[in-house]
Amino acid sequence: MTLSVRIIPCLDVTEGRVVKGVNFTNLVDAGDPVEMAALYGIEGADELTFLDISASSAGRETTLDVVRRTAEQVFIPLTVGGGIRSVDDVDRLLRAGADKVSINTSAIARPQLIAEIADRFGSQVLVLSVDARRARTASGFEVTTHGGREGTDIDALAWVEQACALGVGEILLNSMDADGTRAGYDISMITAVRAVAGVPLIASGGAGALEDFAAALDAGADALLAASVFHFGIHRIGDVKSYLAKHNYPVRTNTIG
Amino acid sequence: MIAILDYGSGNLRSAERAFATSGHDVVVTSDARIAFEADGLVVPGVGAFAACMKGLDAIDGSEIIRKRVLSERSVLGICIGMQILFSHGDEHSDGVPHSGVGVWDAVVSKISAPILPHMGWNTVDAAPGSSLFKGIEDQAFYFVHSFAAKKSVGVHQTWTTYGERFLSGVEDGYVSATQFHPEKSGAAGLALIKNWSNSL
Repeated sequence: MTLSVRIIPCLDVTEGRVVKGVNFTNLVDAGDPVEMAALYGIEGADELTFLDISASSAGRETTLDVVRRTAEQVFIPLTVGGGIRSVDDVDRLLRAGADKVSINTSAIARPQLIAEIADRFGSQVLVLSVDARRARTASGFEVTTHGGREGTDIDALAWVEQACALGVGEILLNSMDADGTRAGYDISMITAVRAVAGVPLIASGGAGALEDFAAALDAGADALLAASVFHFGIHRIGDVKSYLAKHNYPVRTNTIG
Repeated sequence: MIAILDYGSGNLRSAERAFATSGHDVVVTSDARIAFEADGLVVPGVGAFAACMKGLDAIDGSEIIRKRVLSERSVLGICIGMQILFSHGDEHSDGVPHSGVGVWDAVVSKISAPILPHMGWNTVDAAPGSSLFKGIEDQAFYFVHSFAAKKSVGVHQTWTTYGERFLSGVEDGYVSATQFHPEKSGAAGLALIKNWSNSL
């Protein structure tokens, strides 16, 4: 009896559509989020993540509708991130059918938001999304905001420790150096964050070859998030799970339904 | 009809839709009469033990649950909705255990494991003779929690190990509970919901 590693497709959503581009530029439309979520559910995704990158409030309303329609037909956990600034924003998303929310920029601006959300809804609903890159901070990793476009001079490891103390339930670590490259997860960054995080760690950014997924688990990740390799059909979720199972990593291979 | 008890706790939309797949009518309610009279009552719950008890007390939920148990009407607790069925929860650092509904006499306490919450898909050691797990004994279910009951209660006990062994399912006549979220456990979870709703 072992906890399975989680394979999590991430859908970047704007104005009700899924997008994903290399290093967050040159976005390419890759489909309808509700349809893709249902498909990934059938293919064996262990969770789903929506990252709302809409710039407008109308876009955010559309996302709430996407969350509603997804939660009605896909019975696996759904995390939604992007643009969450308050406890009320979290409340709206949970009521729409999200199980967890991920926050990033708003928590950096006001760390107490972490405690406020955790106190109201419990730590388990709160994922801290950390967009980190190599820089001259104490650990060599810096937190960025705005999809990696802006540095903060905040040390990534110190931030993870602070956020864990404030009550986040999970860390989503996105390497801005590796994001979109398909050259492999950022192993040294995962190793460093694993050492200071007492909560589950989701690795993100850089997934390409099947071996990459195993390497991130070896570095200490509990869950693996990927976007473009799934959206563009480079790997199916089943391929990743078969590869991991073959190499003795615990994966969920439910045989019913 | 299945009633899902609304006491201000989390995402009830998926629970409503998941239970509706059983073919039963489903209503999300905080109304004591509807919750008492439904064929089955689902007690969901996310967050902290004490906060859930507070929300439950605000709608007289403990009384609804106790009355249903006494009148042999089915109740299914999910996650924190399972935990609050126990007599005590020591989810807080103040060292003072909080009182639960008290259907089962045991304390819900922190799991001993290096990484918490226990989050993700895990399997169960299903109780022999379990009707809840019939046909899905070998499946994985979605857990997200840091606390659990570790003492045997009820008629059928289903166990899971993460750091230590804890109760992942209890069946005790008309009262059942799962520490995992069947409404988030894909086809396996829907099958469990079907097993439970077939007993109504």
